[in-house]
Amino acid sequence: MRFNKALRSLFIVLFSTLIISACSTAKKAADPLKNDVYTGTETVEYLANGVPDRVFFATNKFNLTTAARDTLRKQATWLRKNKKITVTIEGHADERGTREYNLALGERRANSAKDYLMTYGVSGKRLSVISYGKERPVNPASSPLAWSQNRRSVTVKAN
Amino acid sequence: MKKIFFIFLFFVISFKNAYSLIKVDITRGNLDPLPIAISPLHVDSKSEKLSLFDTDKLGEEISKVIEQNFRSTGLFNPLKKDSFVQKPDIAHLKPRFEDWRLIKAQALITGKVLIKNKKLKVEFRLWDTIASKEMIALSFTTTPPNWRRVAHIISDKVYERLTGESGYFDTRIIYVSETGPKDRRIKKLGLMDQDGYNVKYLTLGNELVLTPRFNPANQLITYMSYFKNMPRVYLLDIETGIQEVVGSFPGMTFAPRFSPDGKKIIMSFAKDGNSDIYTMDLKTRIVEKITNHPSIDTSPSYSPDGKFICFNSDRSGIQQIYVMRSDGTQVKRITFGTGLYGTPVWSPRGDLIAFTKVRKGRFYIGVMRTDGTGERLLTENFYQEAPSWSPNGRVLVFYRETKSGTKGEGFSAKLWSIDITGYNERQIKTETDASDPSWSSLLSK
Repeated sequence: MRFNKALRSLFIVLFSTLIISACSTAKKAADPLKNDVYTGTETVEYLANGVPDRVFFATNKFNLTTAARDTLRKQATWLRKNKKITVTIEGHADERGTREYNLALGERRANSAKDYLMTYGVSGKRLSVISYGKERPVNPASSPLAWSQNRRSVTVKAN
Repeated sequence: MKKIFFIFLFFVISFKNAYSLIKVDITRGNLDPLPIAISPLHVDSKSEKLSLFDTDKLGEEISKVIEQNFRSTGLFNPLKKDSFVQKPDIAHLKPRFEDWRLIKAQALITGKVLIKNKKLKVEFRLWDTIASKEMIALSFTTTPPNWRRVAHIISDKVYERLTGESGYFDTRIIYVSETGPKDRRIKKLGLMDQDGYNVKYLTLGNELVLTPRFNPANQLITYMSYFKNMPRVYLLDIETGIQEVVGSFPGMTFAPRFSPDGKKIIMSFAKDGNSDIYTMDLKTRIVEKITNHPSIDTSPSYSPDGKFICFNSDRSGIQQIYVMRSDGTQVKRITFGTGLYGTPVWSPRGDLIAFTKVRKGRFYIGVMRTDGTGERLLTENFYQEAPSWSPNGRVLVFYRETKSGTKGEGFSAKLWSIDITGYNERQIKTETDASDPSWSSLLSK
């Protein structure tokens, strides 16, 4: 009798554990932010087939994620194929910072992208840089998602 | 500005520094505003008529401007005019103090104006109604279009006499006027009197303009513009409207201010991902590099004696405030609290630095001593930044933005002011949305 009770308790515990662990490993609805960096494609445009025009950053950061480097390698390949094209790399920040610092941060982000393109064989003469700080958000909402979409560096055809 | 030329002659009739009972302490929040009666100025019947304004109403209009100035300080309680018993001309000659005390006035301003030979002659007196004494008697002359400045100058003189501090009413504010959707804002330089009147737009809005500042002599502005898609620091002469780019930097220049003597522009220059602080002498055009560090160095602000500069740097990994000598040596970090710090501005009194602080997603305007101690946060909000000092170092103007919805709806940017006591937080009304305010020094010194 006691043994049955114990067995039953054991089964309840095991069963609950299975359910809980199943829940925790179940995929949440696609979360477009990873480590504070936007990983979605909603705001992304394309320079050419398969060549995204932008990369994203974490708050106050200007370092390139793996995804960013992947995008920039594609841009570099496209730029090396189309030697006549020159581009402007725009650097942007979200609204959650002071205006002047955001101008500098945008410039930093744009230069991160520019430097990476140069290491992949694109001449610096073809790459100009401009920062817009927080002045030109792509998403005007006040939400963490909007802010992550605004922390970006966009490569724009200049000619 | 439309005014080209005005005469300022101070004829001091009497300036008694006699002991009086009235003294307003502005270093604490004043929960008991001093009741002050501002009588409409008497308009001399011999005055010439002008098409500029209704001459008969001029005395009353001047008193209304003075009234609004005092009301906005939160320290004074201007009494209602319908309770005034004495007529303006008699009150100015010899007030019956019992009448004024009856309505609880502790101070009384009276005056007289005369328009003659196209000039505006003003006389005013400040009376202590408790002690039944005249405290100030001054007169001056100007041109009729300056009638609002007459009110501001009277306000400053009275404020100074009653508080022991210089005033801030005869001043202007330069700011960025904003219109349009949040992701495509149209920005113009706006110039207005500190009470929101005489608004003038100095640029057309065809390119982004940001962060304007006055020079100490008040007729030059420095600001940042995206003219021809090249973000650079510019100078603008208010009188002529002429704009010129500052120097020939091969990259973005931004965050410009004048040195206290007005001879130099100090600003940030960004190149290859690094922003350093530079100065340029406006006469010699000599450029000097002040900071030399791979971090972002920006938002510089001189001490009023020109010997030190406080600035914003992320060299520690996150935005903090630093102080250095004006030649760039002896850089010292002064902020160590949790959160990040930005937009440091040195008070014209030299005693405090105002700043923006961001902590746990909230924005604060605060002040601290110039060594970083005594940090006091004055106001908290979803988003606010960029305080600028009144010339007497007692009030800060800054701007706030509201949260916006998914399409940017509900967004607005407005100018606000607050006393450094933390009291008297109020919005400054502007025709359009507004940001990046900067306060001039007193127009008449």
